[in-house]
Amino acid sequence: MLDLISAEDAFRLFLKSAFVENLALVFFLGMCTFIAISKNVKSAVGLAIAVVAVQAITVPANNLIDYFLLRPGAISDDIDLSFLRLISFIGVIAAIVQILEMVLEKYVPALFNELGIFLPLITVNCAILGGSLFMIERSYNFVESTIYGIGSGFGWGLAIVLLAAIREKLKYSDVPPGLRGLGITFVTIGLIALGFLAFSGI
Amino acid sequence: MSSPKKSLSKILFGPILDNNPIALQILGICSALAVTTKLDKSLTMAIAVTLVTAVSSAAIASIRQWIPGSIRIIVQMTVIASMVIVVDQFLKAYLYDVSKELSVFVGLIITNCIVMGRAEGFAMSNNASDSFWDGIGNGLGYSLVLMVIAVFRELFGSWSLFGQQLVSDEFKREFAQGLMLQSPSAFFLIGLFIWILRTAKPAQIEKA
Repeated sequence: MLDLISAEDAFRLFLKSAFVENLALVFFLGMCTFIAISKNVKSAVGLAIAVVAVQAITVPANNLIDYFLLRPGAISDDIDLSFLRLISFIGVIAAIVQILEMVLEKYVPALFNELGIFLPLITVNCAILGGSLFMIERSYNFVESTIYGIGSGFGWGLAIVLLAAIREKLKYSDVPPGLRGLGITFVTIGLIALGFLAFSGI
Repeated sequence: MSSPKKSLSKILFGPILDNNPIALQILGICSALAVTTKLDKSLTMAIAVTLVTAVSSAAIASIRQWIPGSIRIIVQMTVIASMVIVVDQFLKAYLYDVSKELSVFVGLIITNCIVMGRAEGFAMSNNASDSFWDGIGNGLGYSLVLMVIAVFRELFGSWSLFGQQLVSDEFKREFAQGLMLQSPSAFFLIGLFIWILRTAKPAQIEKA
């Protein structure tokens, strides 16, 4: 399972997961938090860091669990536990978020205070579970899933910081009443997504 | 059960236009956009989400007295995840093609904020049958947005409805809007949907 991949392939996978297949803008994952926490850049950056960290830990962790326990033939040839994937992945994610919260509180209290409220939110962020499910669907090995985790987390974080920056400026513009708030936010995300479509060429 | 009793019709039809989970509560948009390139995909997704919301709300409501407050999220998550696994296995067994196309998005119903939101916001403080109808109502509100967007995207993106092509091949080559099948169009359409809904119901306009 530890087939190493070349540096070039690794870089390509990183670019692909961060830009071409951006979880937020192309697959619409994590939209609820994406819209709720993008009102100012400071909290967006905090959430972005938390997502990268959690994504980089959970995707490889779920990869190991799938490889050693859940995939058809992992325990013995006639046991197929793959139907338990959903429930065990969400359990792993919830547990890792909880552990990360406790570790940060003990050893890096400054960062914990910064990320405090965002960490529990991450458990119900579809981007995190989505990352693990895409990892299964594309049958990444352990190394690939680590890179995929970091890359997709980075892409999601980048998108939310971009949106927050635009929304900060948007406060000063005169938006038609019905479009105010949620409506114009969607149109803005659409425009960012249009920009990200340009990456599909690389 | 201490909360004032709401009538069944209000529980069921309120979330469709007056308190739409997508347009007003910003819940459940994650999956709402990704599956709307085709009508049959969105219909399957809409039914799946409605059922999961209703049944898991009812289940959580009926055991709510025994759920300790500190671990309620985990308990809710487990109930919802079990429901989603049932739906996922059912789709794989009877609608294999659609389930292949929906890929990871069936699994993502677990983290769909509508399901969690109703479990936490309604089912924890109401009885099982009210929670069931509340789940159906919110599911219908979600389905409405999903279907409207899917009609536009499939119609203008590939000039077909439910996979039935409506025009001649030359017309399709000439006028098919590839952008409609890409992600940005879904954001624009949902923005427009919210705009129209809020213009019709000015009470929903956000304060500047």
